[in-house]
Amino acid sequence: MLTIRQAHAKRVKQRSITIAVISTIAAIALVYFLVPLAPGWPAVKKSFFNAEIFIKTFPTLLDAFMLDVMIFLWCAPLIAILGLIIALCRDVRSPALYPLRLFGAIYTDVLRGIPVVLIVYLIGFGVPGLGLSRPWNSPYIWGSLALILTYSAYVAEIFRSGIESVHSSQRAAAESLGLSPSDTMRFVVLPQAIRRVVPANMNMFIALQKDVALLSFIGPVEVLRQAGVYKSLYANFTPYVAAAVIFLIITIPATRFADHLMSKQQRERS
Amino acid sequence: MSKLELINIHKSFGERKVCSGINLTVNDGEMVCLIGASGSGKSTLLRCMNLLEEIDEGEILLNGEDISLPGLDPQQIRQQIGIVFQSYNLFPHMNALENVMLAPRRTHKRSKDELRPEIEELFKRFGLADRMLNYPDQLSGGQQQRVAVIRALAMKPKIMLFDEITSALDPELVAEVLDVLRQLHREGMTMVLATHEMSFAKELADKVCFLDAGEILEEGPPEAIFSNPKQTRTQAFLKSVL
Amino acid sequence: MLLKSSLSIATVCVGLLLSTSSAFAADSCATGKTLKDGVLTIATGNPSYFPWVLDNDPKAGKGFEAAVAYEVATRMGFDKDNVEWTTASFDASIQPGEKNFDFNLQQFSITEDREKVVDFSVPYYSAAMAVLTRKPIQEKGAKPELESLKGLLWGASSATTGVPMLNKLIKPDDKPLLYNDNNDVVAAMKANQIDAALFDLPTAMYLGAVVLDDGVVLGQFPADRSENPDQFGLLMTEGNPLKNCVDEALEAMKEDGTLASIEAEWLQQTTSVPLIK
Ligand SMILES: Nc1ncnc2c1ncn2[C@@H]1O[C@H](COP(=O)(O)OP(=O)(O)O)[C@@H](O)[C@H]1O
Ligand SMILES: [Mg+2]
Repeated sequence: MLTIRQAHAKRVKQRSITIAVISTIAAIALVYFLVPLAPGWPAVKKSFFNAEIFIKTFPTLLDAFMLDVMIFLWCAPLIAILGLIIALCRDVRSPALYPLRLFGAIYTDVLRGIPVVLIVYLIGFGVPGLGLSRPWNSPYIWGSLALILTYSAYVAEIFRSGIESVHSSQRAAAESLGLSPSDTMRFVVLPQAIRRVVPANMNMFIALQKDVALLSFIGPVEVLRQAGVYKSLYANFTPYVAAAVIFLIITIPATRFADHLMSKQQRERS
Repeated sequence: MSKLELINIHKSFGERKVCSGINLTVNDGEMVCLIGASGSGKSTLLRCMNLLEEIDEGEILLNGEDISLPGLDPQQIRQQIGIVFQSYNLFPHMNALENVMLAPRRTHKRSKDELRPEIEELFKRFGLADRMLNYPDQLSGGQQQRVAVIRALAMKPKIMLFDEITSALDPELVAEVLDVLRQLHREGMTMVLATHEMSFAKELADKVCFLDAGEILEEGPPEAIFSNPKQTRTQAFLKSVL
Repeated sequence: MLLKSSLSIATVCVGLLLSTSSAFAADSCATGKTLKDGVLTIATGNPSYFPWVLDNDPKAGKGFEAAVAYEVATRMGFDKDNVEWTTASFDASIQPGEKNFDFNLQQFSITEDREKVVDFSVPYYSAAMAVLTRKPIQEKGAKPELESLKGLLWGASSATTGVPMLNKLIKPDDKPLLYNDNNDVVAAMKANQIDAALFDLPTAMYLGAVVLDDGVVLGQFPADRSENPDQFGLLMTEGNPLKNCVDEALEAMKEDGTLASIEAEWLQQTTSVPLIK
């Protein structure tokens, strides 16, 4: 038997669910029926949503996407490591090591200040142009390095914010026990800092997965480039839509997961 | 045997003078209580004692040796002087046992297995044997504070410093922590406490020091300070807290 | 009376206006079919390259495509002042919606798939595909033979028909690298990241002679090697009514030898480049 309050709460909840469902259906229906009424719709449909081309190109695009995944897989750990090192550089307190601190600050400022695609171009074509011989002039190496440099700057800042978010009393407690500064960082501060910034870093790595496509500018035929080839071949943009779908298959679950972690952490902290 | 002497300690934060010429002697096995209004410099004085803060002037003698001289290894010295803070400061990502074992493992280079029996013994001594594997957020405030004490003791310090370690606790949890202090005092530990627990200080302290604006205005055995304060500021302070 | 005469004056004026505005080509087949009345808007690449357009300035009428465009315009009844130039990428040319040009020429190859989306004029040039490489590669033994070409590391500009050709005809051992435009392909060659690249022959000859210090056009593919020889057409929107007029003009240019003489003026003799076996 429900109390009056409970019954009321239940009614309110049911009502809001009903409203949400109806308005969602209405919104979808609106898009579904209205968009095709636009005068340009048949043309748009033909050049962006061409089922025949979608089916024809999807398998090859998926295959090309594996290259994106691979580049991601070798860049991600290096970014994490380099990012951490840079963050630690920015945290050193000893005056003798001030150059490290300065280096860390310049590194993060400069690399976050330049568009990724520019760095990809500059490093991807520039460094090999110095006269390196194969395989050391490979665009895979230098393109990956460009991504690693840029992203490690962002990740370093995330780590640094994590390190700073660990309350100074934790350091004091560790140091008062006689732990060395490096042990304090390694066993007390970093484990807490890293855990706290996992969601922020996840978002960074989702962005990385998308930016891997920029390597196509310097040669590698990954999914974006493959889609571009098909676009020129068929004079049709559907391959781009297919590439977008492939990205979403990966990035939507990853984004949801990061958001989930983020809100879980917020709940824990409050 | 351990004896701590502070001679003419001065400490400022920028313009702000927080200790101005403090002299204090803590004899072996003694419990010295620092009382005084908030902001009078108790915490700073304690932090100076184990070198978490650098003093501007003066000497800190541990068994006759000046530990405040520049160039000494602060880690080495901190290992001999334990401190427990008001806010426990347990490491939240480690369980109680790991919290306690971390420092001895790293600084004394001893293995977990080697350490385990004596650490377990410590937990038993303070009635927390069944809580060893709990994480800080699974412990009550009183239990966390006791773990913090055990963590400091595991380094086998010569002197223990306590900075208002019951202030953050719910009233019903204060007693269990004070019991730990009683026990330590019985066992002969040399201790310095900053505290607001006047009745506790009255009961156990060998010496009570009243700090005011960075100076020890009055000091003596608890009976003298509590029942017969000489200074008007001491009288006013005691009136406000009792 | 007064009213009547002023009315008739007005009629005469309007009539005059109308006749002057259409006087540029009263008999032109293009009348009323262009984007802007009386003006022919032609798009080219941004930038556009020699030998197709000289100095990225099509207005000067120098370079093969610029010259062809003006000749077509003239034959359609537009004098030089009534030709306007704009730029439009390949993507902008194939996307649905309004276009900013009447026709677009930048070495667009005519293909069946593209024909489904846009209209092409009759071809104005048949391009052989050619292999551009550098002297060191040639010295290391690269020859204009399919077997030798397979072992090279290939590059191409991704939007060109060179890409399917690479994959179908040469089938290189290593996956080719693809780039946004010709400049990037050349940059990759300079950085020694690729050995060779496919271009249409005139482009290859220009890049090899001017842009690369040690460029060599290793060979060209005979027309019968590619499934359908690469032919360039003027690109127009699907169903553009101008197509007839453009085709007419081009056919006439072929017939009377004008096209051939423009070609002779701007595009080098290509017979010196060996055929690939
Ligand atoms: N790190 C610091 N920087 C600047 N001022 C400080 C710092 N720590 C303490 N103080 C100041 O020193 C004075 C004494 O503080 P504290 O030692 O914490 O007093 P108590 O523990 O008796 O409340 C206070 O006025 C406080 O604001
Ligand atoms: Mg305090």
